Amino acid sequence: MSQAAVKPEVSAIPDPYSIPLEEIDMGKAALYPAQAHWAYFERLRKEDPVHFCESEEFGPYWSITKFNDIVHVDTHHHQFTSEPQIVIGDAVDFQPPMFIAMDQPKHDVQRKVVTPAVSPVQLSEVEPLIRKRVGDLLDSLPVGETFDWVDRVSIELTTQMLATLFDFPFEERRKLTYWSDISASGPQVGDDSMTEEFRLQELTKCLEEFNKLWQERKAEPRKNDFISLMAHHPDMQDMDPMEYLGNLMLLIVGGNDTTRNSMSGGVVALNQNPAEYDKLRADPSLIPNMVSEIIRWQTPLAHMRRNATEDVELGGKTIKKGDKVVMWYISGNRDNDVIDRPDDFIIDRPKARHHVSFGFGIHRCMGNRLAEMQIKILWEEILKRFSNVEMVGDPVRVTSNFVMGYSHLPVKLHAK
Amino acid sequence: MVQVTYVQHDGTTHEVDAPDGHSLMEVAIDNMIPGIDGDCGGACACATCHVFVDAAWLAKTGEKEDMETSMLEFAEGVEGNSRLACQIKASAELDGIVVRLPESQH
Repeated sequence: MSQAAVKPEVSAIPDPYSIPLEEIDMGKAALYPAQAHWAYFERLRKEDPVHFCESEEFGPYWSITKFNDIVHVDTHHHQFTSEPQIVIGDAVDFQPPMFIAMDQPKHDVQRKVVTPAVSPVQLSEVEPLIRKRVGDLLDSLPVGETFDWVDRVSIELTTQMLATLFDFPFEERRKLTYWSDISASGPQVGDDSMTEEFRLQELTKCLEEFNKLWQERKAEPRKNDFISLMAHHPDMQDMDPMEYLGNLMLLIVGGNDTTRNSMSGGVVALNQNPAEYDKLRADPSLIPNMVSEIIRWQTPLAHMRRNATEDVELGGKTIKKGDKVVMWYISGNRDNDVIDRPDDFIIDRPKARHHVSFGFGIHRCMGNRLAEMQIKILWEEILKRFSNVEMVGDPVRVTSNFVMGYSHLPVKLHAK
Repeated sequence: MVQVTYVQHDGTTHEVDAPDGHSLMEVAIDNMIPGIDGDCGGACACATCHVFVDAAWLAKTGEKEDMETSMLEFAEGVEGNSRLACQIKASAELDGIVVRLPESQH
């Protein structure tokens, strides 16, 4: 994903109430690093919650911005297909198949093949390993010196986990970070830092490496890593290479970008809300609830996209068969008809689990338990060691309408 | 009112009165019974209100719809008597129903 080396000109983004409603295009990626999207979504939720827009960049599409409308679209998967793509833009000629962008029955079959790698039983087995790694990493960090939390902690921990889930060569794990960033970037999500050709070229290298691992795993007895589960399952072992690549991209991004940015987002949220940080220090048993609140507040993936398979009435509008429909999770999570004081970060919020960040219905995030466990362990181990993870400069955000992420977050640790 | 008994995984039993028409997920949340999450708020869309229905009551809870069957694939340790509590509505016919909760919903 592109790093916003120069801060976007906030002044270049008009006030959402100064432009005609029909000109509001939430696909514009520049809105997000400037944090201008909040006010735009607020206007849409109030004035036009099911909003049609003729976008130059992405073609015509509907924006769904209210929590309950999002749940409606997400749970009516027969009326709203996930094919061919689950992000706002359409790839021109490089769109490998992956099960998140498939409908039933194939979606269910493929999803079920890889689920054992993140089942509760499997997770309870890896929990001690995760805790040890988190502890070792935190112990290696400098106290009282400024460093980048994103690189040293968020990326490192999620990448270690990902290497474990794939049983990928551990010393080469940063390749996974690289491929994840490439997978989740590009013109389809409003990022102009790399071309489709470049993405194809780099991801072909990714496929080559994973093909070697596939052959190795196939020759060995089945284990609970993603590659072995796929290579040994009759429903997936004959996938063509592009479908293998597509599913790899899905599993890499799913397990990486999301948790990574919630790990950074928690630091940002607590620093911006010092009273909540005090509450946390006073009562670490709030951590599990805080984890859900962080995931709501951050909403690491801003949207998911569908296409209508028939004419559908929603919010007084008629969505026509074939129309593109974008569910803005980032907006649903700030809908005050469903969530009390939605803009506030409240670590002991009642019903904190009632957020839309994981999606709902058959495409709901399959790694949600793992994500929650990783973030929970991180904060438990932080509180044992440090009195403060102090944010000492502005976080740098990525330019995307999809990944709500941070590329840099300068922090200073204070000993307990 | 309909009497509903929830049995937690550790054996703790909660007997509560459920208003007619309320789902067993809502009733559990309203009575703060641990072991039911109900993340989606009752839309049959998250599989975090998984329960095991006692044999005597299973048939009376009715047939699962396709969505519930799909969503149950997300839950852990699903058995023949697994249901999502948000899809079971309290009614006179279910007065006395017993449901057991799994170790964890998430």
